[in-house]
Amino acid sequence: MTSVTPTVSVPRLTRRGNVTQWRVVASEWTKFVTLRSTLWSLGVGMLLTLGFPILFAAVTAARWGQMSPHERADRHPLDIALAGVNVAQLAIAVLGVLVITGEYSTGMIRSTLLAAPKRLPVLWAKLGVYAVVAFVLTFPALIVSFYSSQAILDRHHLLQISISAPGVLRVLVGGALYVLGVGVFALAIGAIVRSTAGGIGLFAGIFFVIPPLMNIFPTNWNNAISRWLPSEAGRQLFALTKDPNRYAQWPSGLIFLGYCVVAIAIAAVLLERRDA
Amino acid sequence: MQRSVNELVIEATGLTKDYGAKRAVDDISFVVKPGLVTGFLGPNGSGKSTTMRLILGLDAPTTGDVLVNGKHYREHPAPLHEVGALLEARSIHTGRSARNHLLALAKTHGISRKRVDEMVDLVGLHEVARERAGKFSLGMGQRLGLAAALLGDPATIILDEPVNGLDPEGVHWIRMLLRGLAAEGRTVFVSSHLMSEMSLTADHLIVIGRGRLIADTPIDEFVSRASGARVRVRSPQASELRRVLVRDGVSITSPEADVIEIDGMKANVVGELAAEHNVVLHELTPLQASLEEAFMELTRGDVEFKSVAA
Repeated sequence: MTSVTPTVSVPRLTRRGNVTQWRVVASEWTKFVTLRSTLWSLGVGMLLTLGFPILFAAVTAARWGQMSPHERADRHPLDIALAGVNVAQLAIAVLGVLVITGEYSTGMIRSTLLAAPKRLPVLWAKLGVYAVVAFVLTFPALIVSFYSSQAILDRHHLLQISISAPGVLRVLVGGALYVLGVGVFALAIGAIVRSTAGGIGLFAGIFFVIPPLMNIFPTNWNNAISRWLPSEAGRQLFALTKDPNRYAQWPSGLIFLGYCVVAIAIAAVLLERRDA
Repeated sequence: MQRSVNELVIEATGLTKDYGAKRAVDDISFVVKPGLVTGFLGPNGSGKSTTMRLILGLDAPTTGDVLVNGKHYREHPAPLHEVGALLEARSIHTGRSARNHLLALAKTHGISRKRVDEMVDLVGLHEVARERAGKFSLGMGQRLGLAAALLGDPATIILDEPVNGLDPEGVHWIRMLLRGLAAEGRTVFVSSHLMSEMSLTADHLIVIGRGRLIADTPIDEFVSRASGARVRVRSPQASELRRVLVRDGVSITSPEADVIEIDGMKANVVGELAAEHNVVLHELTPLQASLEEAFMELTRGDVEFKSVAA
């Protein structure tokens, strides 16, 4: 008597498609929106981005009577409206690092590279999805910040400026572009170091530790070096007036872009060459 | 899409991988054929997982080459339809649900949600498909990994230690699955460090130890080579029988009272000699179950970390 081993059979798949850049983008989008932790941190980040200008405007309005003329001259309505950029950049940077290091720490990167083994399209898709998310969240947040802070100041008849005034819209777009650049730079750093702690540490070092360190140099050295730092160059994107110690908006923007391109290029070469 | 059998093989030639100064895989060559379950056997740390990572293009070989279904893994325009793989190391983001994990992978090939749900059902994760994969047990993680491997209905299946962490029912299910996949003409390459597991599922064996190829043989040959002539006899007259059987080339041990094990003589000869000398036998068993021992014997010099006998 022979016994036949029972078997399990896998349903066949009739429609078969190739991997394309757009499909990899769709996959990265799905990954991005299906992590609850990502959505929470973005939500909290954006709430703080919106909250700071409101707080700043309210405090300014409340203290206006006791402020010295010098202090009053120092308050600019756009500085108030853009107060959220500092929070937004931190939230977007941390999440940018996590977009890629989260895959390394959990091992997900192996599944990703089995499904899309040509590695560069994966990097482009991650960068593209994240750049769009960063801009699409930050730009409306800055517009809302502008109107909400203006509305608070308006009740006290203070510091009014129109969105159609020269340079205002440019600065709001520039602020959002700066945050986009920060997100892309952070993602590239994450791809280079492949560890969450290392990536966030390196980003914080470059953006928050090195700039104040420049103060140990004589002023003329400090200015000569600082204008080339990614954080300082990037900030000129949302400066309303030109800082005499920095390059103008466009050259500074190009320097900032240069840093992003170099970081992405290093990430691309390493991703292509290293074992996953 | 009919393809010639020769296109559906895994073919390694002189495959070598160094990690720093350590050689993980050392000049191995083999061919894994379709329609069979090929077991990839070796002690822990012998280079099985590394070999699989090389096949899948996750790591690049130091020298040598490996093709799967006629191409480097990376060069396949639709890799999930060609090769389904389950790696030993966890490859799932802990914060994502099982279903969304599969959905993200499916999107790379334009595979439908319906297929994702089919796979979830096939591996028995329906109840927990919407829960975070981080909460999964090892066995559930293995099932999710299998669903991912089967998602693209691949021609070739590569599984690294698939029964790890599975309950007996799950182990049985995997065996049936592997048999079924091979019966459909697919190439099935499964690693294990357990000989007993392989003896139940594999048709062919590739054995490695310390990164080197030790054997590449049909399982029947391995079994017959391994089992040799060993017979276990239980008898109230064991010591008398022992005297009768003594001759050159035969060694006899007595693991317990009334039981002897004879090495180098077939069961029928033992039985006949016993009858001739009027020795009563309560049991006469040819020992086939020494596969594990044969494997141990074969890989003895090739185990990375050996326990030192006291």
